[in-house]
Amino acid sequence: MANGAANFVDQVRENRIWRSIFRSGTGDSNLRRALFVQQNVFLHLFSVKARRRTIAFSATWYLGALTFGTFLILVITGILLMLYYHPSVPQAYSDMKDLQYVVSSGVFLRNLHRWSAHAMVFLVFAHMFKVFYRGAYRPPREFNWVIGVVLLLVTLLLSYTGYLLPWDQLAYWAVTVGSNIASAVPLMGHKIRFLLLGGTAVNANALLRFYVLHCVILPFAAVLFIAVHFWRIRKDGGIYAGEASSEVTGK
Amino acid sequence: MSDETKPGAAPDSPEEMSRRQFFMKMGVGSVAVAALGTAVFGYQYLSPNVLYEPSPIVDAGKPDQYPPDSVTLDPQTAIYVVRTAEGFFALSAICTHLGCLTAYKPDLGIIACPCHGSKFNKDGVKIAGPAPKPLPWLRMWLNEDGNLLVDRSSAIAIKQLVRV
Repeated sequence: MANGAANFVDQVRENRIWRSIFRSGTGDSNLRRALFVQQNVFLHLFSVKARRRTIAFSATWYLGALTFGTFLILVITGILLMLYYHPSVPQAYSDMKDLQYVVSSGVFLRNLHRWSAHAMVFLVFAHMFKVFYRGAYRPPREFNWVIGVVLLLVTLLLSYTGYLLPWDQLAYWAVTVGSNIASAVPLMGHKIRFLLLGGTAVNANALLRFYVLHCVILPFAAVLFIAVHFWRIRKDGGIYAGEASSEVTGK
Repeated sequence: MSDETKPGAAPDSPEEMSRRQFFMKMGVGSVAVAALGTAVFGYQYLSPNVLYEPSPIVDAGKPDQYPPDSVTLDPQTAIYVVRTAEGFFALSAICTHLGCLTAYKPDLGIIACPCHGSKFNKDGVKIAGPAPKPLPWLRMWLNEDGNLLVDRSSAIAIKQLVRV
């Protein structure tokens, strides 16, 4: 029975339509398996081969992959929340309340977005600690650590800009305090605050700017740097496998 | 063919510039000018020229409504109207630390910030906490109708009371 199912899958994968999309067909040889990864626009960021040790749970605890998983949840739930949310004063607050009490599954999506955001910040830090204590940040992977720091900042900025959007008291005062911290930058601090808020107080302009940052600019930046981050894993010789292995660097 | 006839060849004298160097400098220069222009335009576009924000000048109403020796907070405009035995003055209610709205505690006779614990006395002088500066005194005057007006955008350095 299992053989029959496998045969069916093989038949589908040898089908002309399937082969027009995935040119490599069945994975019945190492070459075809490698081609499947190499010829896929998404998978080609990754190596076609990995050491068994690097894909073991103990090597990474899958923290980077889990971070990416929370990011995908945030993108999907975020887009769905955007369908009911108006970034205007005072509509934003009632839209948030509508999502909680009126929209079907709205409270589930909002809470999923919120908890995934918390989880993502936690996982980014956990991932960084894991990379740091394993020494996986060392050459030749030092630049990917830098990309990772940029991604940490993007994650924190996404978290911060999203915090204003419910337009409740917590959001308002948190962003008042945060934007005043920005104004402590020497010489240009007040200009930075003015540009960030689009005015002198946390107001309709600030809500709109934070919305655009949260939903367009920062997610774009995150996707861009995530792509570079993944691609650099392959270019830097795969996931760090520990001291015992022979590195690709040739050192 | 000799090297001298090549278009990109180095000129004979050091003051002269080859055609290639000239175009390279023109290209880099124009890109630099365009980048600078983009930065200036970008900055100007991102700074709003008109702000639809509430007026900084607030009508605090008739002086009689404030009882003697009182501190009254208007949370909407973030000002305190303080009435002492000698007269009136207006105090900003925005904490000088990170901009939270402070509150007057009548039982303690102090102004306290809920965010990070700064404390001020009724004159705005800091008693405790992380606030770097006292609460500023704001310009206050009486208009023709006998109402107290406060300009939230102008702090006064010399403390003056409005006597009614």
